[in-house]
Amino acid sequence: MLDKRVADCVAALQGLEDGATVLVSGFGDAGVPFGLVAAILELEARDLTIASNNAGTGERGLAALLAAGRVRRVICSYPRSRGSHVFDELYQTGRIELELVPQGTLCERMRCAGAGLGGFYSPVSVGTELANGKEVREIDGRSYVLETPLAGDFALIGARQADRWGNLTYGKSARNFGPVMATAAQVVAVEVREFVELGTLDPECVVTPGAFVDRVVVAGAGS
Amino acid sequence: MTGTAIQGLNRRQIAWRVAQDLRDGDIVNLGIGLPTLVADYIGPEREVILQSENGILGLGPAPAEAEADPELINATKHPVSLLPGGCYFDHCLSFTMIRGGHLDVAVMGALEVAENGDLANWRTDEPSYAPGVGGAMDLAVGTKRIWVAMEHRTRDGRPRLRRRCGYPLTAPGVVQRVYSDLAVMAVDGGAVEGGAVDGGRLVVLEAVPGLGPEDFARWTEAAFVFADDCRALTAPVL
Repeated sequence: MLDKRVADCVAALQGLEDGATVLVSGFGDAGVPFGLVAAILELEARDLTIASNNAGTGERGLAALLAAGRVRRVICSYPRSRGSHVFDELYQTGRIELELVPQGTLCERMRCAGAGLGGFYSPVSVGTELANGKEVREIDGRSYVLETPLAGDFALIGARQADRWGNLTYGKSARNFGPVMATAAQVVAVEVREFVELGTLDPECVVTPGAFVDRVVVAGAGS
Repeated sequence: MTGTAIQGLNRRQIAWRVAQDLRDGDIVNLGIGLPTLVADYIGPEREVILQSENGILGLGPAPAEAEADPELINATKHPVSLLPGGCYFDHCLSFTMIRGGHLDVAVMGALEVAENGDLANWRTDEPSYAPGVGGAMDLAVGTKRIWVAMEHRTRDGRPRLRRRCGYPLTAPGVVQRVYSDLAVMAVDGGAVEGGAVDGGRLVVLEAVPGLGPEDFARWTEAAFVFADDCRALTAPVL
């Protein structure tokens, strides 16, 4: 019987190795899979590249991972927030690399990776320093920059409900990057608040079809 | 009249003034800071639909503290509510909406705006300070009308309305209107797509009482002209 549930968060991360690129859902704290992110600390993996909208605030989540020295590079749109002191200090002392990407470009690059596309031409950042070094092309009289796909070795996603096939629903604005990240990684691990029986989710309301999901862990399981 | 006698609007009054120009049916994104205050002056009788880039259309006011939901936040990461008819969507659809020209107005803060409509609002020249761009470039490029709401001068009195921006650009030639504590201005010659934009000037549509071209020129580096029918910029006490 197909059942994508795993025992705990560490089991959901099996195979996550040094140098991996990890996509982490969330906008602020909404949609961040805190259990999965914390479980990385129980592995040995280092030199990680983290792609996420923000770079962690306070002491938990991505901030804890950064503080533990596990992250070499951050790809995000807005690393600096109230409470992002862990990232700020690493950045100011040159101990972390930052690739800054406009928010819509960040998700569209992952959409390309997930949709089997080789990139896209975007008008966003044309004429700014974020377009430096990128191919610029004029199409129908408008200038665009070439943006390339962004794929993950792992995607760690926070969701509301899952069934054993891995069909997902999300909670309000905690949906954010979850659906696109679920398409764009080799291994997609999802931390959900609630596990439901197959057939319970309204097929019209499934946001991420199970085909995109590899491993499901219920928040708090195994802890 | 001397410059010091001129009374400018406060931040809430600037926000109020912006709100007067929004139309029912407009889909509007409000940036962080001063622009967020605009929501307070769109009365419940209006149907201006607020979009938040983290996947909300039909944003409502902040809930009572007990009803705040950590999964229902705005772009500033503060708790909000959803109006009847509102909905949620993922980031790709949100930026399809933004970049694809489906938003009518973005009200943004700015560090500087140039006379050709160039916008600088994402990074200063402080090297050790991590830059953050968020959705600013997407909004600036994709939204039909870009309005800037900001103080006319920096805290130490330097003009924010420049011949050319000194700070790195968010997007060239996109700003169409500027609402400041001293004036409402249209950008004439801006809003050209791609590349650098030549020329341009500000047209002063409204100025606070007592503010004439001579004082305006002291606080404004950008080229400007007062409209023939320039009106008085006034707002209720807020």
